[in-house]
Amino acid sequence: MLASRHVDHANQAPVTLFPAEQCCLTIDRFSLAYAGKSALQELTLQVPRHRVTAFIGPSGCGKSTLLRAINRLHDLNESVSHSGDITLEGHNIHAADMKVTELRRRVGMVFQTPNPFPMSIYENVAFGLRLQKRLAKRQRDDVIEWALTSAALWDEVKDRLHRSAWQLSGGQQQRLVIARTLAVQPDVLLLDEPASALDPISTLKIEELIRNLKSQLTLVLVTHNMQQAARVSDYTAFLQQGELVEYGPTDHVFTNPRLQRTENYITGRMA
Amino acid sequence: MDITSDTHSTHISRQFNQELEELKTHLMAMGGMVEKQVQDAVFALLENDSRLAEKVRDNDRQVNDLQIQIDDECTRVLARRQPAASDLRLVLAVIRATSDLERIGDEASKIARNALTLSENSNTVRGLVEVRHISEHVRKMLRDSLTAFARFDTELAMQVIREDEFVDGEYGSAMRSLMTFMMEDSRSITSVLSVMWVLRALERVGDHANNLAEHVVYLVKGLDIRHTDPDTLDQQAAPKKS
Repeated sequence: MLASRHVDHANQAPVTLFPAEQCCLTIDRFSLAYAGKSALQELTLQVPRHRVTAFIGPSGCGKSTLLRAINRLHDLNESVSHSGDITLEGHNIHAADMKVTELRRRVGMVFQTPNPFPMSIYENVAFGLRLQKRLAKRQRDDVIEWALTSAALWDEVKDRLHRSAWQLSGGQQQRLVIARTLAVQPDVLLLDEPASALDPISTLKIEELIRNLKSQLTLVLVTHNMQQAARVSDYTAFLQQGELVEYGPTDHVFTNPRLQRTENYITGRMA
Repeated sequence: MDITSDTHSTHISRQFNQELEELKTHLMAMGGMVEKQVQDAVFALLENDSRLAEKVRDNDRQVNDLQIQIDDECTRVLARRQPAASDLRLVLAVIRATSDLERIGDEASKIARNALTLSENSNTVRGLVEVRHISEHVRKMLRDSLTAFARFDTELAMQVIREDEFVDGEYGSAMRSLMTFMMEDSRSITSVLSVMWVLRALERVGDHANNLAEHVVYLVKGLDIRHTDPDTLDQQAAPKKS
């Protein structure tokens, strides 16, 4: 019975881990190459809604490439070619009627280094909102308070909303960036090593935030820190050399992985 | 994924390999000590050797000390290495195993104390045939469960689990014989009661050996087979197809 709960190998027939109605993102035989050099090979996996899914794997395994592909960040790179499908709530993200601006509103992304804009805390969070729609100031204030509260930052910045965002600490800046993403109410939040540049306390705050945000949206986390993946994620996908090696419930992957390659990686062994 | 006894010596960190190897070595040392305690306790009883019985009783402290030492080592590995997968299972299995071994040590000590009580009895002690018979089975179970742990051998572990059912059956019939002795001769009640305590202790040693075997299956296969119906066990613990 256990075997049916895992995707063994990307080249094998895709095994369904979740019923279709629970899937937020579906990646189906997705391959990607940089200038003809393969980076992702026929990946098939489903990301469940309102859960945290972690992608782990050694440097260069393709986990960030996959994350960026979900947000179509490779669009402007002419050397990138891809095949296969990624669907968000049933809609192919590469379909002609899918506008990239709308995709990026629905799929927010946070990077390793906090990147607040050179403006006030308030304006940082308002930035995406202003691009998206015109709101009365009071409505906008409400959304900004809600976004900052959701990002567990409101209490720390409510008295200095109009000060420069660069005055915040690294951990606060990262939470501000998350608030900026949340303000436009995305369905999915992609996090690419969101805590690797932060101290342990700020890291724990980000992890707590990830856990709390689960009820509002779907989270996908790329991390080098396996303990972090084990702490915050519900499902873990292990990638190696552009292939999906093993995908399953985090509890299972970290106590009794099915494959030797996964075991070697998460326990720090020579392959 | 099944693991082998070499699995824990292939980390990039040699220090980590060494720490895990030491856990196994120390557990085996504790197992050897406990095995000797059971053997000596039974020998002291059967051969009416009160000096050996006293020695067993006094040695229990060393078994307890080893449990604390190994558990400390496990705590350090958990805190400093945050082990995962088979490494985590090894540490958990060792913690559980030390607890069972310590309890076996207690049972050996109980047997020794009853041996001392019986040695003060001038009459012929009845029930020693049963003690000899059951102790042989139980000691084999203990030895096999420790070997299974050392070799990561789940088939041997499953044999131990099956043997436990047999020992439980033998224990039941031995108790019935001893009750007959008591009914036949009320003067023997005190000594037969002591023998009953010894049999009870041996039966418990068998149960703990059974637990050790279950820890081996958990360690190797990641399957927790405690509280599982014995009939379904064989299917679960069968080697996986590659």
